[in-house]
Amino acid sequence: MKEATIEKATLEIPIGIPADAVNPVEPFLRMDRMPHIWCPACGIGTTVNCFTRALLASKRNLDKVAIVSGIGCTGRVAGYAALDSFHTTHGRAIPFATGLKLSNPELDVVVYSGDGDLFAIGGNHFIHAARRNMDLKVICVNNLTYAMTGGQTAPTTPGGVISATAPYGVFEPSFNLVALAEAAGAAYVARWTTYHVKQLSRAMEEVFSRKGFCFIEVLSPCPTLYQRRNKMGDGLDAMKYYKEASKIRHGARASECDLTRDGEIVVGKFVDRERPDYAELLRAQMTETLGDKYAEPEVSCCSEC
Amino acid sequence: MQADPKGVLTGVHFIDGDHACCEGTLAAGARFAAGYPITPSTEVVERFASRIPTVGGIFIQMEDELAASIAIQGAVWGGAKAFTVTSGPGFSLMMEHIGYAAMTETPCVFVNVQRGGPSTGLPTLPAQADMMQAKWGSHGDYGVIALCPNSPQECFDLTVTGFNLAEEFRVPVMMMLDECVGHMTEKVVIPEAEKIEITPRRFTKLPPEEFRLFQPQADKVPDMVKAGDGYRFHVTGLTHDERGYPSMNVDTQDRTIRRLQEKLTPLANGRALCDTEFLEDAEVVVVSYGITSRVAQRALQLAREQGIRAGKFRIISAWPFPEQRIRELAGRVKAFVVPELNLGQMVHEVERAAAGRAAVIPVSHAGGGVHQPATILKAIVEAAR
Repeated sequence: MKEATIEKATLEIPIGIPADAVNPVEPFLRMDRMPHIWCPACGIGTTVNCFTRALLASKRNLDKVAIVSGIGCTGRVAGYAALDSFHTTHGRAIPFATGLKLSNPELDVVVYSGDGDLFAIGGNHFIHAARRNMDLKVICVNNLTYAMTGGQTAPTTPGGVISATAPYGVFEPSFNLVALAEAAGAAYVARWTTYHVKQLSRAMEEVFSRKGFCFIEVLSPCPTLYQRRNKMGDGLDAMKYYKEASKIRHGARASECDLTRDGEIVVGKFVDRERPDYAELLRAQMTETLGDKYAEPEVSCCSEC
Repeated sequence: MQADPKGVLTGVHFIDGDHACCEGTLAAGARFAAGYPITPSTEVVERFASRIPTVGGIFIQMEDELAASIAIQGAVWGGAKAFTVTSGPGFSLMMEHIGYAAMTETPCVFVNVQRGGPSTGLPTLPAQADMMQAKWGSHGDYGVIALCPNSPQECFDLTVTGFNLAEEFRVPVMMMLDECVGHMTEKVVIPEAEKIEITPRRFTKLPPEEFRLFQPQADKVPDMVKAGDGYRFHVTGLTHDERGYPSMNVDTQDRTIRRLQEKLTPLANGRALCDTEFLEDAEVVVVSYGITSRVAQRALQLAREQGIRAGKFRIISAWPFPEQRIRELAGRVKAFVVPELNLGQMVHEVERAAAGRAAVIPVSHAGGGVHQPATILKAIVEAAR
């Protein structure tokens, strides 16, 4: 439906690259901070590439896009994005983003963080922001582990996997992030992998045209701390697995989206619904009860004050 | 600049300290608050929730104190003046974000209406046992400002001051009320907006290409920007250089962390806020703050009636500790008597500043009530002997 509006040209990666070509994503990155910290074959860089292409396609004024990260490997994304960017505390990107969005509603606020950050230490904030339908775009790079600290068990780590803190194998059930987001009230829920770069770019672009709490889960390889410990090969093996095991099933029931160690990966867009967001609900309630006495929030003080 | 009249409830009121504190936030220009209910502080945000929709701002009740204490910082970087309110257990949860505010130099206000602790402690009863936590509660070295009102009027006045200092020094400011001051109802006079001085945010005048987010100015405090103005800046809790980029090495750590404390030096010295009386001839000085200073006032009167040359030093800005004033007094008085609703916290700071040149006598109280004036008087009498 919305796909017709995407300018395909901006999402295409040219095959023949002239010698004087500039990488089209460079203006979106802090090139003075390169090289980045991510390992070879890590998927986070791929997601950032997709994100920059989505920004390009969305034609947003980048001065009005802010990005907020928590802590961890994905938490470093904010530091590399040439946007107003915030590297916050562990798990608290969403409540920080909530304050930022409410004080400065003209901003598009993107939360870009990892599975441990968003769903273990930050899990409570995720469900409440989804419940409120806060107008945030939450991108979760799910590498199924705590990578920056050395590959410990995360709430997303599938059963049977060996981790640094589960040397005899993970036995706790893991979170199904799609089901969690849907149940908590998210307006938009999609899952892709870093193999699906075009679909991921389109999903990221699509959420810029959506209002309310949007959630994109990106399954992303961690060859260094997840695959190696579990004898799952390297980055290329991860791509082969994503390619072979992924089934695109738009609108699939969230309960069918469980992830396992090496089973099927259901990808696609699962939720895309209209719910009034927090700001609309606030305005409606206050207008109804206070009438003319209600003053629209003017939270931000200007540079002249 | 002067206060925005929209937030100023000019007039004579009969309200408690929590409500007066709320009026102070509005007069100071706060248009964003995030909170989580906790006794005995909740009335501050209850009033804010009631007032703000007609003033033009946001109150959001968050899912916990961790969320509240970081949501306000998101709001600040969006351009707002913002605060949160809590008491002991919630204050403990907010520590991480007090550290974040100190490290990222985010001007914001934390109101702590102190109750008895540790843990759930005495939810409805007073204490002053979070004073050290206010300074040292988050990990690492950093500086904060803490103010201690002793009346509803001061809850209003000092809340305005607290917001102003937060903007000037770019630090988290703690409003250290206690249950008694928070729930005490007295006359509160709120002046006209044009008589309330407000410190504006130190927004830079530099264009984006010349601006560096953590470049200290002459007063060691960097100027600020807000999101959405084209500066494309980066804020991190990691040790960072003047650009705001992570820079994790000994040199940057030393330069940055020392500056976070040094920028507050004026408040430890000449600009320390205190209220003094009878110091000219004093041989015993009672050092107190918050509700305890009101009890101490009676003890001082009784001591004077007995002919004891007792003086008053009421701490208003507890952090940075007003060490210069105490050091000066230590050279000419016999003793300091330090009553507080804890087993000994600020008394150690008095001891440190006195450096053995005057006796320092703690009058501790575990909290749940206030001292008897007679208890403080006894300490004064013994100290004067």
